[in-house]
Amino acid sequence: MTMINVKNLNVWFGRGRDRVDAVKGATFAVERGDSFGLVGESGSGKSTILRAIMGLAPDWSGQITVDGNVISGRRKPAFYKQVQMVFQDPYASLHPRHSVDQVLGETLFLHGFEGIDTRVAKLLDDVGLGAKFRFRYPHQLSGGQRQRVAIARALAAEPQILLLDEPTSALDVSVQAEILNLLADLREERGLTYVMVSHDLSVVGHMCNNLAVMKDGEIVEIMGVDALRNMQAKHPYSQHLLEASV
Amino acid sequence: MTLLDVKNLWVKFPSRHGVFDAVRGVSFTLGRERLGIVGESGSGKSLTGRSILKLIRPPGIMTADQISLEGEDLMQKSEKEMQAVRGQRISMVMQDPKFSLNPVMTIGEQIMEAYRLHNSVGKKAAFIKAVEMLEAVSIRDAERVMRAYPHEMSGGMGQRIMIAMMLIPNPQILIADEPTSALDVSVQRQVLDIMDKLVTERGMGLIFISHDLNLVADFCDRVLIMYAGRIVEVCDADKLHEAKHPYTQGLLNSLPRLDAPCARLKVLQRDPAWSEAPSVSGRI
Repeated sequence: MTMINVKNLNVWFGRGRDRVDAVKGATFAVERGDSFGLVGESGSGKSTILRAIMGLAPDWSGQITVDGNVISGRRKPAFYKQVQMVFQDPYASLHPRHSVDQVLGETLFLHGFEGIDTRVAKLLDDVGLGAKFRFRYPHQLSGGQRQRVAIARALAAEPQILLLDEPTSALDVSVQAEILNLLADLREERGLTYVMVSHDLSVVGHMCNNLAVMKDGEIVEIMGVDALRNMQAKHPYSQHLLEASV
Repeated sequence: MTLLDVKNLWVKFPSRHGVFDAVRGVSFTLGRERLGIVGESGSGKSLTGRSILKLIRPPGIMTADQISLEGEDLMQKSEKEMQAVRGQRISMVMQDPKFSLNPVMTIGEQIMEAYRLHNSVGKKAAFIKAVEMLEAVSIRDAERVMRAYPHEMSGGMGQRIMIAMMLIPNPQILIADEPTSALDVSVQRQVLDIMDKLVTERGMGLIFISHDLNLVADFCDRVLIMYAGRIVEVCDADKLHEAKHPYTQGLLNSLPRLDAPCARLKVLQRDPAWSEAPSVSGRI
């Protein structure tokens, strides 16, 4: 069953001579429980697609369907219970003066959950942090620990879909391995659907089943991960990317 | 020929819990070559780069037996004399373009300012030079970028703009602190090619600080591997994959690989003994 269906998506910023068409006619579908990768160079519009799905891009046209519902206008609270996003930079995406407890507690409260106290403890446990991190502030955490908090915050709503915007590009390789393992485990346990943006083909090759290659706002190729591993890219740009990353 | 000679460099931060040694007795030399420094965040690689320019702010304390730039000891120089070294003779590309670019100036104004500080030229010539430099770091539509503000740029573009600014004064040594971490593989290659050209054509020395082992193995001539403020291993870049230290091996094993898929990645197991062992010298 199709979980996310994006048809002919256009996203643009600015107007007049400064208008930038960030995404042009993107079409792809993600099956339930699948992990889909978006790769391409910076400025190719891969993060913008995620932001358009989340409702963070003001000007867009086309059709986005999530779990059978066509999305339009302002997102409803129910949408955010289903779809959550993990951002690229864990240093920028956590409030510097809110403790981990406040970050997760407030999120749970806003989603209307009961028993916040036990849920916070469970969330921390799920992302492998444990109770001793509960009352720390972001500056007392390492990059990997912060990204775990950001993942816990996204999981607080018990979503079915996680949009991952370069979740490990700000982290060291040794920490990246831990976070990628955590994300793989969570997907298996909860049957989550991932859409993952990355510029690192080997990370996408490790995490995803299918991927789309983007260039200048357009999807140039959609392929399976086996084709990627066997270097069977069809489009010259994807071949170029593959060659550069091996 | 040796451009830079660093002997027994320490960087210390006094804190309530005693003195924290961020860099502990590091020695290395730099010729007209590409020297890589790799390690995780917190291993002291960035501080090593900064201390060469004496950019350690109080309360941090840096000490060294010697940091000589073509025979001149930088440790003896006053702050004022250092100003003539920074940017002119040793240039540094910082880690994060978001914090290094002025958020309330357009990109064009910033590059032109940097150029006109070092060269007495008119606005028009500076504009042409700035556009040329932006194109040299393969930014499309350079004239639109000149009018834009840093927040309108993606991380990769910001970093390329930083590199363009650093290249203008034509320094002898370029210290690049994670210059390509925010870039994707295809652009990374282009930026590295530009830096490579500089090192070979102008005979510059390059200190390339990165956490990306494969990149360093590919791009540099010699690599220093740092852990907890010390150099744990020095090796030729093309022999990095034969590295002997368990830390280097652990880092290499934790990378996902396209040609060898696996269900779970190996996680680095740290040994406290690694941080106790004395620093290896990177001098030739």
